[in-house]
Amino acid sequence: MPKPPETSSAARRIGALVRKELLQVLRDPSSLLIGGVLPVLLLFLFGYGVSLDLQNIKVCVVVEQTSPMTTSFAASLAHSPFFSARWVRDRRQCEGDLVAGRIKGMVVLPASFQAYSMRSDDAPIQVLVDGSDTNTAGLVQNYLVGLWQNWLDEEQMMHAETMTPPVNLVPRIWYNPAHESRDFLLPGLVALNMTLVGTLLTALVVAREWERGTMEALMATPIGIVELLIGKITPYYLLGMAAMALSVGTTILVFQVPFRGSLLVLAGVSSVFLVAMLAIGLLISTIARNQFVASQAALILGFLPATMLSGFLFEIPSMPLPIRILTYALPARYFVPSLQTLFLAGDVRAVLQPNALAMGFIALIVLGAVARVTRLRLD
Amino acid sequence: MWQRIRFLIVKELLALWRDPRSRAILIVPPVVQLIVFSFAMTQEVTSVRLAVLNEDLGRPSRELVERFAFAPYFSDVRALKRDGEVRQALDSADAIAVLRIGEDFSRDIAAGKPADVELILDGRRSNAAQIVEGYATNIVAAYNADLIAAGGLVHPPSVVVARSWFNPNLTARWGTVPGLIGTLTMLLGMVVTALSVARERELGTFEQLLVSPLRPIEILIGKAVPAFIVGIGEATLILVIAVLALGVPFVGSLALLYAGLAVYIAAVIGVGLFISSLVATQQQAILGAFTFFAPALLLSGFFTPVENMPRWLAPVTLGDPMRYFTVISRGVFLKAMRLAEVAQNLWPMAVIALVTLSAATWLFGRRLE
Repeated sequence: MPKPPETSSAARRIGALVRKELLQVLRDPSSLLIGGVLPVLLLFLFGYGVSLDLQNIKVCVVVEQTSPMTTSFAASLAHSPFFSARWVRDRRQCEGDLVAGRIKGMVVLPASFQAYSMRSDDAPIQVLVDGSDTNTAGLVQNYLVGLWQNWLDEEQMMHAETMTPPVNLVPRIWYNPAHESRDFLLPGLVALNMTLVGTLLTALVVAREWERGTMEALMATPIGIVELLIGKITPYYLLGMAAMALSVGTTILVFQVPFRGSLLVLAGVSSVFLVAMLAIGLLISTIARNQFVASQAALILGFLPATMLSGFLFEIPSMPLPIRILTYALPARYFVPSLQTLFLAGDVRAVLQPNALAMGFIALIVLGAVARVTRLRLD
Repeated sequence: MWQRIRFLIVKELLALWRDPRSRAILIVPPVVQLIVFSFAMTQEVTSVRLAVLNEDLGRPSRELVERFAFAPYFSDVRALKRDGEVRQALDSADAIAVLRIGEDFSRDIAAGKPADVELILDGRRSNAAQIVEGYATNIVAAYNADLIAAGGLVHPPSVVVARSWFNPNLTARWGTVPGLIGTLTMLLGMVVTALSVARERELGTFEQLLVSPLRPIEILIGKAVPAFIVGIGEATLILVIAVLALGVPFVGSLALLYAGLAVYIAAVIGVGLFISSLVATQQQAILGAFTFFAPALLLSGFFTPVENMPRWLAPVTLGDPMRYFTVISRGVFLKAMRLAEVAQNLWPMAVIALVTLSAATWLFGRRLE
């Protein structure tokens, strides 16, 4: 019987492995949970629930003595969509609420408010914020100060104390003119969803094979190490790309986030990222011997850094140097700005090319490590 | 009966502690995460790059640019030469914002006409851009005030005294570390509980437990108590590092914090056991636990205030134990929160614990028949 050519039998072996993995993944309802339900759930939570713009923040306004001025300021605060204010006479009535966390800040208009409000030699109002929630406190402080400044400008305009500022700053926001926080959060979230499929699911499934000893059984077959890697990566690659298509589709169609790049570039950049994350998942599962360790490692090396250290929620340049250096090793650091650029700006080569190269480099290193560790574990 | 439960507890703890990898996972990652995230999670924006296109040659514009250059927020202020470079600087994300000063700037100022300067911000980093806009507004306002004062015409406008209680310098770490105690304890506590039953099911040792004289409720207690011990130990480790190494002040009552922790961990274990009574494999248990964890984290008020969320989402947050624990932890750490206020956040967690634990017991018993 003539021996079949080497390449076609390799392709057949890979094909069989891919089919087996795909069946295994699709049969388990938890794959559907992580590839389908969770991405959509997260998108909806971020789309509707997580907004970095303030709305209806509860504050307490202490008016020690009512005057036309305090009434005018009160009206401008009441019209603000950012705050929902409660009015009291004495600041002691609100201090307990600040400790209990029922309000985020206090605005105190002292009895001397009228007399001093237009001069700089004495500060007419005080803003107190709850510093235990630092992020919100900073925002509340800025918004309240801004509100006060606007009110003061209007007030002075009315009293004809001509105070036209000599220099006028005109802010313009490119790519996201409406300051829609959804528009820059949701593209970043796509990266998070792919990380979940790429690292968590792969690490779990392959760790189970090691745990049960079926990996050794697989290695006893004529399959080579490269074929094995391709066979393991392909099904999760397909699943990850499906999760991405679902996330991108929901982002564009349901949440109306603009997409200004080209889908082909998106698919290319996403593929590089996904391969890097899959390689990390494989590496984790090969080193960790059981699913408990693999799952925790996948969360620690995949999901949490993708949330906290990717620039998705927190600015990388503002982090201390050692952490900034650490972020360079994370594929998500390159993928999040790539997605934000593709969605909001377009195919900007200056952003996409270096980022894709960096992710590809990480993918190659990790894949090499996987091949090495797998071989070592079997010897 | 207590004897039997005790044996099971010892066995569970040994199973976790004996494997060096599991042992490492219980200690190393939470510590590393605590330290890395407590430094990374800051909404402050510093050391960002700014670009300036100054088409004006006069002294006033140079002065304004200098004020931006000396401001502590920007690591680098790059001068652009041509208008075409503006798009390039922003597109490539080289600068977060471009300040554009037109050629009439100095002339307008001299003539007493309002002079416009443009600040073009990168909306892809919308949040940081907004903060940078705030910085720029302040710099320009200070510049205006000095110009007016130099003219000696009017009083410069009055300023607001903004003060922050409990955390005078708004050190981000003081707010995030107490929050991270809840996050990290939940992550580990839930996975440990969810996995402990699922692993036995998957390996077939669960049947052995069932034929032993242990009753289902005893097995459940035997699974819950070790997770409780692990959770309290984990939280204590994080607490010690937070206070001793990260310098987060602790002004409240330690007893109240532990009371909060005990109820919180009970609620977390309730959810974990509930998940493990539903699933058949470890993979399903982990993914199920994670499907609970991710929304619980997002809706806890840790990142964004709960009031910010739309009304229809608010009821969902009521079932999130992390929401209550975050208030207690931050309150006890920084605000010396008293019993009455802690209790208000304690009882909802107790209800969650009660509901999930009884649901888990019920489901557990039913699946055995």
